[in-house]
Amino acid sequence: MCLAIPGRVLALDPAGGEIARVDVVGVTRSVNLALVQAEGVAPGDWVLIHVGFAMAKIDEAEARATLEALRGMGQIWDDELDALRAGPGSG
Amino acid sequence: MSAEQEVLERIARARRRAPRLREERITMAHGAGGKATQTLVEALFLEAFRDPLLARLEDQAVLGLGAQRLAFTTDAFVVSPLFFPGGCIGDLAVNGTLNDLAVGGARPQFLSASFIVEEGFAVADLRRIAAAMAAAADAAGARIVTGDTKVVQRGKGDGCYVTTAGVGLVERDVTLGAATVRSGDAVLVSGPIGDHGITIMLARGDLDLAADDLLSDTACLWPLVDDLLEVAPGVRCLRDATRGGVATILNEIATAAQVGVVVEEGAVPVRDSVRGACELLGIDPLYVACEGRMVVVVDGADAEPALAALSRHALGRGAARIGTVGDEPPGLVLLRTQFGGTRIVDLLVGDPLPRIC
Amino acid sequence: MRFVDEFRDPAMARALAREIAARVVPGRRYAFMEVCGGHTHTIYKHGIEDYLPPAITLVHGPGCPVCVIPMGRVDDAMHIAAQPGVILTCFGDMLRVPGGHGSFLDAKAQGADIRMVYSPLDALKLARGHPDRRVVFMAIGFETTAPSTALTLLHARAEGVTNFSVFCNHVTILPAIKAILDSPDLRLDGFLGPGHVSTVIGCEPYRFITQRFGKPLVVAGFEPLDILHAVALLLRQLGEGRCEVENQYGRAVTWSGNGRAVEAITRVMELRPHFEWRGLGFIAHSALRLREEFAAFDAERLFEIPGVRVADPKACQCGEVLKGVLRPWECKVFGTACTPETPIGTCMVSSEGACAAYYNYGRFQRQRVMAAHSA
Repeated sequence: MCLAIPGRVLALDPAGGEIARVDVVGVTRSVNLALVQAEGVAPGDWVLIHVGFAMAKIDEAEARATLEALRGMGQIWDDELDALRAGPGSG
Repeated sequence: MSAEQEVLERIARARRRAPRLREERITMAHGAGGKATQTLVEALFLEAFRDPLLARLEDQAVLGLGAQRLAFTTDAFVVSPLFFPGGCIGDLAVNGTLNDLAVGGARPQFLSASFIVEEGFAVADLRRIAAAMAAAADAAGARIVTGDTKVVQRGKGDGCYVTTAGVGLVERDVTLGAATVRSGDAVLVSGPIGDHGITIMLARGDLDLAADDLLSDTACLWPLVDDLLEVAPGVRCLRDATRGGVATILNEIATAAQVGVVVEEGAVPVRDSVRGACELLGIDPLYVACEGRMVVVVDGADAEPALAALSRHALGRGAARIGTVGDEPPGLVLLRTQFGGTRIVDLLVGDPLPRIC
Repeated sequence: MRFVDEFRDPAMARALAREIAARVVPGRRYAFMEVCGGHTHTIYKHGIEDYLPPAITLVHGPGCPVCVIPMGRVDDAMHIAAQPGVILTCFGDMLRVPGGHGSFLDAKAQGADIRMVYSPLDALKLARGHPDRRVVFMAIGFETTAPSTALTLLHARAEGVTNFSVFCNHVTILPAIKAILDSPDLRLDGFLGPGHVSTVIGCEPYRFITQRFGKPLVVAGFEPLDILHAVALLLRQLGEGRCEVENQYGRAVTWSGNGRAVEAITRVMELRPHFEWRGLGFIAHSALRLREEFAAFDAERLFEIPGVRVADPKACQCGEVLKGVLRPWECKVFGTACTPETPIGTCMVSSEGACAAYYNYGRFQRQRVMAAHSA
């Protein structure tokens, strides 16, 4: 039971309840925020949606960090390749 | 041959065997347009009717009548809900049958319309359906010339079912069919896929999803086909992408012609909201029904003019080349994912059930 | 799509593939188990194995909650559905799972009212809208989904909805992983941890795997780059002689998990003494049931279920596939007697089952086709 999709919070329940309207590229659905409300959710935030509930707030800084790490891994290899091509006595 | 390859060979042989209907009762899977439907048609209906023209299983039958070639087809419509963004059962009933004629290269001429109406159904709704049918037929230059009406007791029918049959004239010296498809051909699609199926799924209301910009794509494709055949004589095969989606059609073509079809995932046009709904529900847009889109397989050399002809027509906005036909793997459809990997696109057994997991 | 498309970038995938290839020790073979069915599905859907060197095998584990439901429980659910006035609701994947007497789809054909829902909240809504019917929700899933069922039940109780109940088949992931590790016929070098289960339970619980069994575990997200990244991190650990729990899925998973989610589960549910897992047999403290105070919402108490143990068909080797001992094509009935149209076992029915995933997506002569298309 793992299918969970990132969605953007459009609007919170005006009555102050747990339900928010969340958008996934143009499709909207009500999502229950009970599991993430304590962290403070505002319109514009991204949440991970699973069977109608938000399981976690998506940490944008962490997402960026992961992408950086990924780029870094590829980069290291490219650097080594460049050094290899440049020949011995360099780098 | 490795152990894995031996198993793959075994499977290929098993799939080539004649289909057998094992179930004792019809299930919803039999109506989804995938493997179960195919097995039902081949093992039950083809067996019973035994006709060489029928056995070709094209969207229409092309009949020789004297010097003329007539295309003949029929389709039943059981959509729920009856009225949805972009149209109603009436639009589907007319356009669906006309499209089956159009993809045979036939100019639509005449339709029959039969109605099975449930006791208690609102007359005003029936009027709306009939009006939609009249408008759709008129727009296509076709006439509804005969019909039938039956009423069933309350509870024995889902409001209203409509069945239409259509007759058209194949004016050009053209023979379209899956069996003519060969290596080197290009695969095109006439616009973004999945609009109709997702619109219906959302209109049912029980998934609590909303997409304000989404409408059913129901439309009569004859004008588009007419333009296409005018400029691209190398068209091998046209198919109306309805129940089962583009994936089902590509599989039918791959099997009929024993070719391999390779699709580029990144090239398949899908509207954002359709994509969003599919991601949320875990469905693949390739299997979602359309009602006004066609798959075009054309000689590679004619691919450019064909695509241009589609794109400049209002009905072909968003048309794209999505793949190529090759010799390998015979009878299978492969997808080159946007990520760069490769996987099979097989026929689904039943409905594309929303995957939760 | 944000947070999705960036993690599907093919250029970065190629760089990662080089990184992975570089870290493989020549002559050595690696087997990494991806526990979660969602990972199995992603791997096949995106063709991720095309990016891995032949030295690396991804073994599909038992993290498919549909796959591990024994046939007897499916029969129990069908028994409930056959009771007067019942609407049985379930997730889509459950509809074709074969029990001892057919599947839910077959039961529907014979008149049972069985409906698919996206969320347990939708089932509760159905109950509110049909006060004359008894709505039962068949709850399946690991710790990812259990909080949703729990919160739904809390709502039902608070609102006094009396015609709603849950047939609870939630299972927990750690005992399953432990059962794999205790298995003598297995040789694994590391694990890709279940990313979404971890949003609930965090990463801490996996430490027994690294400390007691000496296998590294990387909690992985579900996009293709997440999976390749996790494989690269596992190789890096092995190369550096480390054996740790690492979190690759930082954008959704925290080390301590989601306290409110765990709280919801513990408020409403408790561990069963034991539960039968298809293919793995009885495992202690591996499944959840509703607490006594929620008896009025417990379908197992409201309906007398047969509770009969149904033996898997003799030909079925789902158990070995679930444990990763057999690859799908190594099962004797794969592709012949057992196909997606005629599934014998759940590995073939669930869209996340290893066999279904391989049959539907991965089954083709890769080398021959690649050669033909690069010519």
